[in-house]
Amino acid sequence: MRPRWMLILAAAAPLVAAPPIVIKNANVLTVTKGRFQGSILVRDGKIVEAGEKVLVPEGAQIIDASGQYVMPGIIDNHSHVAAESTNEGSISVSSMVSIKDVLNPEDISIYRALAGGVTTILTTHGSANAIGGVCTALKMRWGKDAAGLLFDGAKPVLKMALGENPKRRGGSTPFGVSASPPRYPATRMGVEDVIREAFTEAVAYRQAWRNYEARRKRGDRVLPPRRDLKLEPLVDLMEGRSLVHVHCYRADEILMILRLGDEFGFNIKALIHVLEGYKVAKEIAAHKAGATTFSDWWAYKMEAIDAIPYNAAIMLKKGVLVSLNSDSPELMRHLNQEAAKIVKYGGVSEDEALAMITINPAKQMDIDQRVGSIEPGKDADLVIFDQHPLSNYAKVQKVLIDGEVYFDRDRDASQRGEREARRKTLVEKAKELQKKSGPPSFRRPS
Amino acid sequence: MRKTVLLLGVAVCALQAAPPSVFAIRDARIIRVSGPVLERGTVVVRDGLIEQVGASVAIPPDAWVIEGQGLTVYPGLIDALSTLGIAEAATTTAVSTRISSRTPGPPATPAPAETPGPPALPTTTSPPARGPEDRPSNTSWVRAADLVSPSDRRIETARSAGFTTAVTFPPRGIFAGQGAVINLAGEKGGQMVVSSPAGLYLTVSSTGFSSFPGSLMGVLAYIRQIFLDAEHYKLAQEAYAARPVGAKRPDYDRALEGVLEAPRLLLPATRAVEVDRMLRFASELKRPAVLYGAHEAWRAAELLKKSGTPVLVSLKWPERSRDADPEDVEALRTLELRERAPSTPAALVKAGVPFAFYTEGVTSSRELVRAVRRALEAGLSQADTVRAFTLSAAEIYGVADRLGSIDQGKIANLVVTSGELFQEKTQVRYVFIDGVKFEPLPEPAEEVSR
Repeated sequence: MRPRWMLILAAAAPLVAAPPIVIKNANVLTVTKGRFQGSILVRDGKIVEAGEKVLVPEGAQIIDASGQYVMPGIIDNHSHVAAESTNEGSISVSSMVSIKDVLNPEDISIYRALAGGVTTILTTHGSANAIGGVCTALKMRWGKDAAGLLFDGAKPVLKMALGENPKRRGGSTPFGVSASPPRYPATRMGVEDVIREAFTEAVAYRQAWRNYEARRKRGDRVLPPRRDLKLEPLVDLMEGRSLVHVHCYRADEILMILRLGDEFGFNIKALIHVLEGYKVAKEIAAHKAGATTFSDWWAYKMEAIDAIPYNAAIMLKKGVLVSLNSDSPELMRHLNQEAAKIVKYGGVSEDEALAMITINPAKQMDIDQRVGSIEPGKDADLVIFDQHPLSNYAKVQKVLIDGEVYFDRDRDASQRGEREARRKTLVEKAKELQKKSGPPSFRRPS
Repeated sequence: MRKTVLLLGVAVCALQAAPPSVFAIRDARIIRVSGPVLERGTVVVRDGLIEQVGASVAIPPDAWVIEGQGLTVYPGLIDALSTLGIAEAATTTAVSTRISSRTPGPPATPAPAETPGPPALPTTTSPPARGPEDRPSNTSWVRAADLVSPSDRRIETARSAGFTTAVTFPPRGIFAGQGAVINLAGEKGGQMVVSSPAGLYLTVSSTGFSSFPGSLMGVLAYIRQIFLDAEHYKLAQEAYAARPVGAKRPDYDRALEGVLEAPRLLLPATRAVEVDRMLRFASELKRPAVLYGAHEAWRAAELLKKSGTPVLVSLKWPERSRDADPEDVEALRTLELRERAPSTPAALVKAGVPFAFYTEGVTSSRELVRAVRRALEAGLSQADTVRAFTLSAAEIYGVADRLGSIDQGKIANLVVTSGELFQEKTQVRYVFIDGVKFEPLPEPAEEVSR
């Protein structure tokens, strides 16, 4: 009986697996291993081979990319799409909340970002409070359910925020009465205090659990401590089970958070926005902290006033790991152009600029072993552009995630008519229904 | 002669003192739901219970006889999620299935959280909560069974449409409170209650930045923390009860007591995304759950089947607001949701997912028929419709031993109609609740609620 089962399994396996894919005749921008003209072989969702000459296996699906450019999928490590809430802004420490709980795989921004070549994002909590929530890495697998979007094995990322947003204190202010009730902190030093106090509490919480475990091992019958969902993510960070990204603008608060990280034993994987990072680039580099910034988006508030377009390039030259993020579902669709601006302002190399939207953000999320460049063994997350992606005229043709095509410009164009027709039918039907149910009448007051 | 007069006198006195307690509906078409339809049968009701049902049942000599020719008898309809009987709730929006301001679908009814609470219901509005430990929006200890009263004027409207039973819940808050299965008749609240607690009604209403929790993810984190706290609380209370001497007494916490006593959780899920989310959330909470709303459950029927979670489908089908901007281009997904929502019940039947209906205020006879007809037109069979309104609802709430079908020994809740239920021309002739006969109100002139 058993051998027969094995036979059936052996016969079934190749039928189930998708055929290998070969992208041929492409200008391949690997980001980490230079550029060549040739092919990429994809099998079981992974890049198997990339080079000038690649043996095409039998039955492979061929994508001819003659004259086109292939780069690794773009990674945006600061976005708020695909989530149904952004801020738990009612309190200053809201680390108990998690974006993973409120994913919306039907957010159309996912598809639009795909059309801009984005394959992986960190969907993040907002910056309303000093310690926000836990953020989640996603792959833009449009059409899958919430669980199907998750980037398997990526660590959770805690969000913190400094400066103007978390110190909005609510209550009555010199400028009038806010809609929110008063909230501590109201100053930058208060923000520091809130974060330090939360971590001090987390250290005590960790100790309480350690004491409990020790007593339990000795055979004492003791009640476990109450689990605290607010403090657990902070303990996770101190224990290295998660990462932290910190929203910040000004040089002074950047230095503050670097020191606070030292105090509690966590490394800051990414300083977000960090528009004054160029002023303290050496210090950021010395702490091995990363920076994720904009190319030229600033002056939208006081703390964003001292920004320069050379920020990314200067930080890079001082040894900081720099990436670019969108923080916007619109900017997200053309991060390749954001990278191009860094070539213009600051004269970084093309590879360095592309790294800012691929391998560097991957490193800041600890997923660079899996994504961020075109190398054998990595996930087959690939974008095909019709022109060099640093050109303003480049348009995304196809996007693959795990070797599966999730965006295809031709397919999209061919479906538009059908979708429009369907919409018309539905609108007409709804009108009919409303007519049938008669004209509106109104309840008389009783 | 004298004897006759005396007897007559006694009879008249008896009539005035109490309504008749024995009825026989003879030669009617009987939809038992639990078994095959009796094309011509008799139901005998005595002292509030169904005494006998069958094709050839002897009529007891003391029974009031109702000639059933041309009439159909159904088990009383059950509104599976409502606030009926809680008069204060009538002034607020009944039950809200809205998840967040981003929810597409039906135009917004105002969020119930904002409505000032009547005195009978505890409110948790002030001061602003700073975290789960303040137990915001948590009145899990409030029991609908303690709040219901026959004075709620909506009861008669619902009864006239054929409803004999409602599963009614305190209306406000994230942990709104414990539901009760109630019969829609009685002199006092206590007589109405069939079963309590029926389940803990949860909503995901949030308040923005003014108080914790201020977002959907905050609400979910809060619910999760409360369940962890309840587990810990139980351990602490048990440890203390076992050895109170020399031990520190744990605080009593009514918010956690309510959570612990709930036999099941009612969780909101209208869109398919929400069904998926809430199924995962419920399995994390390790409690039996029932999802309510379910307008897009036609896309998630297989998922529901796999989880074995029953569903309550709202009969307030999503519609475009009459005040909507005519220039507005709506998302295809929103349009599809509106078009396909009434196909949800048929999809659930096909997948084998247990479900019941709730009216969300659609209780007048005319509105109810109109709403149900849309589900029928979308492929739901008449028999499955009746079952959803009766036995399925009773099964979901664990009261199928008492309610939901016409069987000997069950509570005598019946609807007697002039023909098939949910047909426009069919009239409800009588409604029996706990064996007491009611005649429906005349249908008022049409009112379309805005």
